Amino acid sequence: MSLVELKNIYKIYSDGDSEIRALDDMSLTVEEKEFVAIVGQSGSGKSTCMNIIGCLDVPTSGTYKLGGIDTSTMHENRLAEIRNRSLGFIFQQYNLIPKLNLLENVELPLIYRGYPQSKRRKMAYESLERVGLLDRANKFPSQLSGGQQQRVSIARALVGNPPVILADEPTGALDSKTGREILEFIKKLNSEGTTIILITHDNDIASQAKRLVRIHDGKIIEDSLAERGVNQ
Amino acid sequence: MNLKQSFSLAVKSLLASKMRSFLTMLGIIIGIAAVISLTSHFNGMTSEVIDQFEKIGTTTTHNNSTGRGGNRRVEPEQFQELADKNPEVILAVSPNISTRATIKNGSDNQTTTCLGVSEVYAALRGLELESGRFLQYIDVERRQKNCVIGTYIVNNMFDGQDPIGEVIKIGGSNFNIIGVLKETADSKEGSDDDRIIIPYTLARTLTRSNIITSYVLSATTVETVDKATELTEEMLLKTYASTDYFTVTAMSAIIDTVNEMTGMMSAVLAGIAGISLLVGGIGIMNIMLVSVTERTREIGIRKSLGAKRRDIMSQFLVEAATTSIIGGIIGIILGLLIANGLASLINIKAAPTAGSIVIAFGVSALIGISFGYFPANKAAKLDPIDALRYD
Repeated sequence: MSLVELKNIYKIYSDGDSEIRALDDMSLTVEEKEFVAIVGQSGSGKSTCMNIIGCLDVPTSGTYKLGGIDTSTMHENRLAEIRNRSLGFIFQQYNLIPKLNLLENVELPLIYRGYPQSKRRKMAYESLERVGLLDRANKFPSQLSGGQQQRVSIARALVGNPPVILADEPTGALDSKTGREILEFIKKLNSEGTTIILITHDNDIASQAKRLVRIHDGKIIEDSLAERGVNQ
Repeated sequence: MNLKQSFSLAVKSLLASKMRSFLTMLGIIIGIAAVISLTSHFNGMTSEVIDQFEKIGTTTTHNNSTGRGGNRRVEPEQFQELADKNPEVILAVSPNISTRATIKNGSDNQTTTCLGVSEVYAALRGLELESGRFLQYIDVERRQKNCVIGTYIVNNMFDGQDPIGEVIKIGGSNFNIIGVLKETADSKEGSDDDRIIIPYTLARTLTRSNIITSYVLSATTVETVDKATELTEEMLLKTYASTDYFTVTAMSAIIDTVNEMTGMMSAVLAGIAGISLLVGGIGIMNIMLVSVTERTREIGIRKSLGAKRRDIMSQFLVEAATTSIIGGIIGIILGLLIANGLASLINIKAAPTAGSIVIAFGVSALIGISFGYFPANKAAKLDPIDALRYD
């Protein structure tokens, strides 16, 4: 059983008479502990792909299984639960809530999981320690540099131990040196056993991943794994 | 996410922009403060008016018909008998003879209202004494020439000096002054302070007819007023055979009118309060809508992290309710301060009721929830992808 399994996924937006096929018969499987980069130009459909893998959106047709569970026809509330328990997001803009301190930001997924405060605190501290920001737990996002904020968002993604981490252009808002540090950190996470799916337009960054999937016009045009023939 | 978390989140969010939160609450604060202070004064005034009337009790005016001559009349003993037979209905009864009389102190003289009553009259009418004592049973029974005078007479005839023990001439006879009534109408001429009270047994001789035409009686409580009126009418009807020859007037009829009037005023107040609270509620809704728009991204983040619709919904609803409840509490405190401040300033009793405070609190919570519902629902329905993309 694959961890992430997309099968004949279509995502079609109809705009009056014309229809836009953001994803056009896309199939992709990701195994546990993989580090996949999905790369493509803007408009290639990589964001739509990321939204569907992230359970933020459902496909027009096709099936998407996450951990063996079919999510393609799920109700909004069930999707929220899946996002909460099985996925961790790292965004380009960090997406921390400014009026909450780091600890509270990292705690958020656990609040929606219904954990009691003592348990949340403990897990959030551990997660902040993992990204090396334990001593800043009571600071607010605005008091941190971009790289530090991104590390907080990684801590938040990791806090609930989800099987999949989705990183959407995680280095896009950072200078190249900090970007490299963040990327190294993500690689380290992968080496420790976390499955990572990274979405980017940048070939250099994509090449850091173990597996590269290139999307164009909603179709996969290149998959390094398939070329090597390992997964077939 | 439970209610406690939603609440602490709401408080945090309110504290994050104090000025805006305060301005949002202002409508509710003003509305609730107005309601509390107005109703307090209103209740105070109403209860004062009703107290006054309750003090007076029920008045029986018995007018003897001139046409039926002197052979039919009701004597004080008959009224006393009626009162003695119905102690649970009638508290006390006094004859009430009112006549104009000339009074003299040496060469000073004036005309004044002379009241002939029994010893219970002071209690019936709630009269209080400035000094000395009121008439007693013995004064009435033995026809003692004792009198109680009002403050106007003290000022006019005795230059404001203590007149107790002095002698005053009423209609040619000497009376001892045994008491002075407490001032009730600024000691004005012709007012309630311009009168002299003597035993009715003596007053009968001052009037030409010797007939007692009026009695005052008091019911035991407000509830027994109707019964007392009925008993009195029954008794009088036995003597006069027709209601044409007497009238019985209950002060409770006036209380009813007062109650009716205050009821109407309360409705008007409630209307004004309703409008101001409506405006306050719209203020909250407006700010909540702005707040939802401003926090679109936050909502997107929360949803991406696993917040369900109802989590977002309760977050904003609790925030709206908290805003208006805090506004309501400030309004209640402010209203009580205003009520007490005004009370001491213009000498009107303020009587805030627990009921009005509870209602004010409930109404403000209700406003928060009902006017917060629309913005909260808007927030809850946001699509996480759109919300995350929002700048």
